[in-house]
Amino acid sequence: MEMPAPNLNVVSMKAELIQRLSRVLNEDAIIHDEAETRAYECDALSAYRCPPLLAVLPSTTEQVSDVLRICNEFGVPVVPRGAGTSLAGGSLPTADCVIVGVARMNEVLETDYDNRFVRVQSGRTNLSVTGAVEERDFFYAPDPSSQLACAIAGNIAMNSGGAHCLKYGVTTNNLLGVTMVMMDGEIVEIGGAHLDASGLDLLGIVCGSEGQLGVVTEATLRILRKPEGARPVLVGFDSNEVAGQCVSDIIKAGVLPVAIEFMDRPCIRATEAFAKPGYPDCEALLIIEVEGAEEEIVEQVALIKGIAQQHNPVELREAKDADQAARIWLGRKSAFGAMGQINDYMCLDGTIPVSQLPYVLRRISEMTEEYGLAVGNVFHAGDGNMHPLILYNANTPGDLEKCEALGADILRLCVEVGGCLTGEHGVGIEKRELMLDQFDPIDLEVQMAVKDVFDPQWLLNPAKVFPLSASAARRMAAE
Amino acid sequence: MMRPETEAELANIISTAERPLCIKGGGTRGVVVDGETLETGALSGVSLYEPGALTLVAKSGTSVSEIDTLLASEGQRLAFEPTDNRGLLGLSGESTIGGVVAGNISGPRRVQAGACRDFMLGVRFVTGAGEIVKNGGRVMKNVTGYDLVKLMSGSFGTLGVLTEVSLKVLPKPETQAVVSVHNLSIEDAQQAMTVAATSPFDVTGAAHIPRGESERPVTMIRVEGFEASVAYRSRELTTLLGEFGTVTSETDPQIVDASWRAVRDVEAFHDKQGDVWRISCKPSDAPMLANKAGAEDLLFDWGGGLIWVLTKAGSDLRAKLGEFDGHATLIRAEAETFNNLGRFHPEPSGVAVIASALRRKFDPRGILNTGLMG
Repeated sequence: MEMPAPNLNVVSMKAELIQRLSRVLNEDAIIHDEAETRAYECDALSAYRCPPLLAVLPSTTEQVSDVLRICNEFGVPVVPRGAGTSLAGGSLPTADCVIVGVARMNEVLETDYDNRFVRVQSGRTNLSVTGAVEERDFFYAPDPSSQLACAIAGNIAMNSGGAHCLKYGVTTNNLLGVTMVMMDGEIVEIGGAHLDASGLDLLGIVCGSEGQLGVVTEATLRILRKPEGARPVLVGFDSNEVAGQCVSDIIKAGVLPVAIEFMDRPCIRATEAFAKPGYPDCEALLIIEVEGAEEEIVEQVALIKGIAQQHNPVELREAKDADQAARIWLGRKSAFGAMGQINDYMCLDGTIPVSQLPYVLRRISEMTEEYGLAVGNVFHAGDGNMHPLILYNANTPGDLEKCEALGADILRLCVEVGGCLTGEHGVGIEKRELMLDQFDPIDLEVQMAVKDVFDPQWLLNPAKVFPLSASAARRMAAE
Repeated sequence: MMRPETEAELANIISTAERPLCIKGGGTRGVVVDGETLETGALSGVSLYEPGALTLVAKSGTSVSEIDTLLASEGQRLAFEPTDNRGLLGLSGESTIGGVVAGNISGPRRVQAGACRDFMLGVRFVTGAGEIVKNGGRVMKNVTGYDLVKLMSGSFGTLGVLTEVSLKVLPKPETQAVVSVHNLSIEDAQQAMTVAATSPFDVTGAAHIPRGESERPVTMIRVEGFEASVAYRSRELTTLLGEFGTVTSETDPQIVDASWRAVRDVEAFHDKQGDVWRISCKPSDAPMLANKAGAEDLLFDWGGGLIWVLTKAGSDLRAKLGEFDGHATLIRAEAETFNNLGRFHPEPSGVAVIASALRRKFDPRGILNTGLMG
């Protein structure tokens, strides 16, 4: 994956930049020593690394504003960073950039149960937002797998999803307002505690803009009252087609589970070997979770079991207690770790129309064989968000490249059947060059025109999202 | 009036237009600006409907009633429950899905299910420069590139003219019930709605009508789902709300439908003179704002987060409310009042600068619904 050559003019201003920044930040908030900047050289897409020129860790919105104003003045690219858990390289630095990390900004600013919102600083982790409101049985719904570590800032940048978004939606559906610092240092408030913002839906465009429009420092998030209970059902099938059909039938029957998760045989075997959740050895496995009071759960589970029975499952298991529920989820939650035990892996994130599931799974398996690689599929079946995990060996020369080529082919397949390149991880650098497989040049031109409005000099996270060739003229103009 | 039949024809009209255009869907929302009328009604038809994937794709001029009928045939619906403004505005015609999206029109279920924009999966539109652009798609999770789908939703035709929209639809629940508390003051009604909305009983509507049947106040809470579940939640809510006053519940589908239609379409104001405003606010501020409004009549939806206000013609509600967390949109008034006060709430300067720069990018010649949003 290519990154633009650093602007040497910017690199040469390092000392001066540090001096200016030290007027607005404490010394310990400026990281410039080469050994220490290395801590920021990559995110969770760790195949790509590059230490930044500097990293700064402001503590307030005003400090972020000061930092951006200075960087804007110097013409220094800024790469915003939440917790650094991006799987797409969203916070991968360049050698001429300043990382603006919000990790020190993790306070809860306001909790309002009556109006069902919480206002937090954006460096707060996803799970600790729920942690701050669960004493009153509330929760924050979006639940990306990395929720223990990932920051709200990154969730907003990538419009993160999670396993339970079939019912609760993704970040954009649960975000009411933001405080955002523009590249020129201006602080803007968008939205607030009310349900819909006035005027153009700027909140909608900021969410998912991968840190290219501004640095979000505070967020007003919708919180929900926890349902009284939840229960998973596990169903095993001897074919992917039948499992896919069962998903479609459940949805058509009017049941809206909070989650429908799908695992295929390679994944089932890997997790069974790794975490021993006691899964059946079958071709495809569904975990379907419903929520509500006991009588509601009983009613929904009966419906789901009825539908599943019509598809001759090889296994149909309802959790009878919390322990059994945890075991059903254990395998799914350890699936990535289990695959990681086998080898290095690359996790894809394409989304497809649910009706195309059997076809796409078959094609993925054929393509994988042609490449001589192995793949396991684990994903959110209710919404068609696939996560093929391609195994490769980072120490074998050429293996990563082969894996990336297969990944690109799989994502093109997703687009071809009416889906998209990324459902919840974001484009970052990883899918940047594939954007023209999904969009026409004019589609991208209009998106880039949005960035022109927010960040006319293209200093914010400039080498992401758009193919380098498409954004070249704009990035060059900045230098 | 121009009425293109294809997207290409529409693009051609816009790129060759020499004067401002007034973009019109079904003309049922009373949004009219100076300019030659460009109507989307001939861009009609559902291009894809997959009930098992909860997905519908339709050309923008497709009527909402056609979509409702099609979805109902598979036991599904548009969960954001778009309002029908015809009665309120004294207009006829057929509301189009493009108009609903352009106005981000959302009804009582917004409080639980989300707004129109939350159900939007993809758009095709023509910019003010005549370019045909697509964004999003037809799948439920999609973060590929910027989310112009949201930006287009609620942009009232000022950024581009929608030609096709794709939406997430949801199953229609088996049953529904409304639990009503009677004769509450606005303050108590607000409390009662908050208690219901913060309960674990998955309330899909919370409204208060100060002058309901026989001019008496009624506070309504809706639950929907499978039968046993609805019965259970109605019971629990009846107990929970008992401390506020007399509680009744209703499960007759026709009566429940009719009472929520009355909230959705603000039927209480239909035969009354005066201007109509819509305030979006923090629910707990609703009684305070209602007090300041000096209203002829009021209706509270979204658990207090939405207040419909009937005022004397020509009065400046925004001036009476002063600064608050939210905004007030003028929905019905004489043209002169719209001219004087503006349909939309003035935006804070930082946001206004961004919004107008975006409009210039998408519509460089300023010909799409010019001046409507600023």
